[in-house]
Amino acid sequence: MQSNESTVASLAGVTKKYTKITALRDVSLNVRAGELLAVLGPNGAGKTTAVRLLLGLTKPGSGLATVFGHDPRNASARGRIGAMLQVAKVPETLKIKEHINLFRSYYANPLSLQSTLEAAGLEGMENRLFGALSGGQKQRVLFALAICGNPDLLFLDEPTVGLDISTRHLIWQQIRRLIQQGRTVVLTTHYLEEVDALADRVVVLNHGVIVAEGTSAEIKARTAQRKIRCSTRLRPSEIELIPEVSSVSEQESRTEIRTSQVEPVLRELFIRDPNLSALEVSNSTLEEAFLKIVETGNHENPQEVTA
Amino acid sequence: MSSYAAEIPRFSAGRAWRVYSTEAKYELLKTLRQPAYVIPTLTFPLLFYVMFGVAFGGRQAIGPVSLATYLLATYSTVGVMGASLFGFGAGVAMERGYGWLQVKRASPMPPLAYLVGKTFMSIIFSAIIVTSLLILGTLFGGVHISIIAFLKLLGTMIVGAIPFCALGLAIGCYAAPNAAPAVVNVLFLPMSFCSGLWLPLQLLPKFLQHAAPYLPAYHLGQLGLKQVGFGEAGGSLPHVAALAGFTVVFLLLALRGFSRDDVKVNA
Repeated sequence: MQSNESTVASLAGVTKKYTKITALRDVSLNVRAGELLAVLGPNGAGKTTAVRLLLGLTKPGSGLATVFGHDPRNASARGRIGAMLQVAKVPETLKIKEHINLFRSYYANPLSLQSTLEAAGLEGMENRLFGALSGGQKQRVLFALAICGNPDLLFLDEPTVGLDISTRHLIWQQIRRLIQQGRTVVLTTHYLEEVDALADRVVVLNHGVIVAEGTSAEIKARTAQRKIRCSTRLRPSEIELIPEVSSVSEQESRTEIRTSQVEPVLRELFIRDPNLSALEVSNSTLEEAFLKIVETGNHENPQEVTA
Repeated sequence: MSSYAAEIPRFSAGRAWRVYSTEAKYELLKTLRQPAYVIPTLTFPLLFYVMFGVAFGGRQAIGPVSLATYLLATYSTVGVMGASLFGFGAGVAMERGYGWLQVKRASPMPPLAYLVGKTFMSIIFSAIIVTSLLILGTLFGGVHISIIAFLKLLGTMIVGAIPFCALGLAIGCYAAPNAAPAVVNVLFLPMSFCSGLWLPLQLLPKFLQHAAPYLPAYHLGQLGLKQVGFGEAGGSLPHVAALAGFTVVFLLLALRGFSRDDVKVNA
């Protein structure tokens, strides 16, 4: 485990098994002070488990989880932490301000009610009962509860899943503001777009294993593949000679080309085969991006994936 | 890393008081706005007391006291059980099952504050029920008990709510949110009947009279009856000990159910 002065939270060699599945397998990650760390992965990758471990909601099967140098299962160790988790139902008979005031009371130096309401875009709504709110407003209240304690470290577990665009952008904007103030944010998401918009550093989880780690630009370069499909008389071996092409395959009667730079590849294709037809260009889906990362991960770290 | 350790804020006594009292205040407020809890919890024991304790033969004697006085103690027990079992059982099952408890546990809330808040709420409801029963009994049922006896009854019921809060908590830690109210009903009605709370135990079949001491409601009922002058042979101590024992068992069950969650979530 490499840890240094700036590590505010970490998992060290953590394995977590539930009855039937292994949610995390020998995962080590350090959250550094002041960064926005995105934990990216498809559903069931172990993202939520990683957050639950760091919040002390569950204990590691083996390995160690720490926040600010303490076991997160100790309630006072969470005094500088805020969390926004996925929740199916929140008590509906409390008003927004009552929910916020209750959570403010848990912290030593909370934000004022007013600044919490402003940060979450809930001004003027403080007297409304939670049960009377729309989905986006409810999510804003959960965000308000996460930040009202003025935390130094904030965990956001899929904060924008299923949200309207305005609430999503409000939350993004607030996350950026928190980072500017020197806070640390750990964000789980399965939106590549969200990682791109916000994160300094990305950890990609798949099947409970870290398959890639790097800056958001690095991860993007590895996943931002586009797909060209066409009918052409060119053979795959010829197309592979174009420098920007990363892979070629033949599917039914069509040729499928993957590349991160579509335009120069297309130019070359038309020069070599002016009769090229049935052209189609698409972004690879996130699913495909993950598959690609997982494959690459396999080559880089075979024992980690198969362990 | 040790530099961070020193910065963890500590709970001072004043802050702890603020956390606990805020939790209790909002728990009460939240519950008062739920008619599905408030109306049955309050009207159920009062309605039955009016029917059996006041309207029909409340003045007939049962042992040293009138039936209305006897039922004042036992319906108080029924009311306390209902408030505690439904408040904890259904409340905890919902908040746990739908993920809200997890949000609270992820905050720096001291875990005990959650339990203290809900216990406080159950006690307030219990006190309202006991006081209302006394008013009904005194005005319409010919009940005469001293202020001291009433305060002793009230105190007994307030402390006596705790084992039922613990039982409710245990139910809340096992039952699915939708199933919890049914589970509580299945326990609540037979247990209160078999403990001699609806009808005096003497009128029940012999085997039920023998079975009653195995039920926590029986012991609270007996303690309540002592306060209104329906003294049985033997002191209070065996009943208090039995209730304390039940509380420990229920809390251990709850703890077991709660840690089982760790396995279930996300699996």
